[in-house]
Amino acid sequence: MNDPLFVGQGFPSTRGQYRWERLKQRLAFTLLWASGAIAILALLAVVITVVLRGIGIIDLEFLFTSPRGGISGEGGIFSTIVTTLYLVILTLGIATPLGVGAAIYFVEYASDSHGKKVSAYMVQVARFGVETLAGVPSIIFGLFGYILFVSTLHFGFSLLSAGLAGACLILPVSIRTAEEALKTVPRSYREASLALGATKWQTIWKVVLPAAGPGIATGIILNVGRVISETAVFYVTLGGSYKLPSSLLSGGRTMALHLYYLAMETKAFDKAMGTGVVLIITIVVINLIVRYLSAKLAARG
Amino acid sequence: MGQIKLEMVHYSLYYGNFCALRDISIQIPARQVTAIIGPSGCGKSSFLRTFNRMNDLISNARVEGRVFLDGQDIWEMDVVELRRRVGMVFQKPNPFPKSIFDNVAYGPRAHGLRDRSRLEEIVEQSLRRAALWDEVKDDLNKSALTLSGGQQQRLCIARALAVEPEVILMDEPASALDPIATLRIEALIRELRENYTIVIVTHNMQQAARVSDYTAFFFTDESRTGMLIEYGETKQIFTSPRDRRTEDYITGRFG
Repeated sequence: MNDPLFVGQGFPSTRGQYRWERLKQRLAFTLLWASGAIAILALLAVVITVVLRGIGIIDLEFLFTSPRGGISGEGGIFSTIVTTLYLVILTLGIATPLGVGAAIYFVEYASDSHGKKVSAYMVQVARFGVETLAGVPSIIFGLFGYILFVSTLHFGFSLLSAGLAGACLILPVSIRTAEEALKTVPRSYREASLALGATKWQTIWKVVLPAAGPGIATGIILNVGRVISETAVFYVTLGGSYKLPSSLLSGGRTMALHLYYLAMETKAFDKAMGTGVVLIITIVVINLIVRYLSAKLAARG
Repeated sequence: MGQIKLEMVHYSLYYGNFCALRDISIQIPARQVTAIIGPSGCGKSSFLRTFNRMNDLISNARVEGRVFLDGQDIWEMDVVELRRRVGMVFQKPNPFPKSIFDNVAYGPRAHGLRDRSRLEEIVEQSLRRAALWDEVKDDLNKSALTLSGGQQQRLCIARALAVEPEVILMDEPASALDPIATLRIEALIRELRENYTIVIVTHNMQQAARVSDYTAFFFTDESRTGMLIEYGETKQIFTSPRDRRTEDYITGRFG
């Protein structure tokens, strides 16, 4: 007889089984701890190897003289730092306004289109496109940039070609992060503004965008990191000149690209590692900024 | 009843095929407090949001009948002009994540006022009218989000007053507040009545009885379509309701 008030008596567990369950739990924890430890060790191993091999080469001369080329990779990395900076500004300058603009359209205008089937359809297609493009390998953006900007439009291997191709690469993520940031702005802010007689554009400009600001800024800074570490796109659009670029149509090489050239075409392996250290430090700084902004965002929300 | 400020004539509201409000005709007097009571889901908020056309924001909303502000059809008016004249205070205090000053100055700025000293004047006057000035006069540059819930709601009232509206719509303005903050808001509503036409949705019948001059009772059946059951002077509605459903509701037999 199974008395429902005494279901405990119906359970088959014995003392031995409880001990087995406890053992299983301990085993699981041990395995999980080991996975965590190995994952962290792997990351540390990468960073420590690069830093140990590269830190010795870094001094002011390394940072502030330009490469002089040659099989032994003489000179520093100054022009590659400057080129990276130019490219960050150019790429984000192109992609950010486009990305934020598209996101505003998707979130604020197209989502409540008054029966406008066409724009609702367009948004669906665009979202699908954005999600697909975000997963496409970057070399494909590079080849696209090569065909369109370098050869068809005759921009050559240049900052301009690389900036445009880089913008194509980060555009999908720019749109997505800006969309997410806009969606976190409470509806009540928009309603309060509209109820005061502000127009939709005033509402977006004065209330929604400032409130979404930290989220949008986070997306921008993450994209800075992507441009700094991107290699494939620039390999086929930027040329590879180690001279300081003098105009939008000059070629150049970013730090990441320089690292690749040093490792593959010279004997200056230590200098490649040194460049790697500078890159890693830059990325760490960028991530710290992102964390600071996110914390600020969370504190406000 | 005196001068009529807002009027609905055979007004119905649909969301797609769903009828949210059916055939409502009502006249709301100027410079009086009109309370809207009724159970949840009977269309009180939809009714309120008609007067400043906030329902226009819902993509599949459709209306029949006409609604007038001072005898003028609200759908023939410019919506910006309408919303300047008909302000709104929401259920949950919703100050912008800006300073206290910028919150109150938001409306006037949106309507093109740039003069700093004029803005300062308006901010002070609005905060005084909303009975908040003394508490915040030294912290006008502080974030509005540092204020307590009750202060935030009074700030929202000040923000609404700053564009010099004629009507203030209040959607359960005290439901998110504690009893003391609630009483302050109620006292404020009684004061504002001198200069403004106030329409307030409330779940709290004692509140309706305390603050309003007129009361409208909304009800709904299985169809979930809101209907205006009874409308009259608050004293009459609460002491001698004509409709059985009103009586049942205010005596707490349902709802």
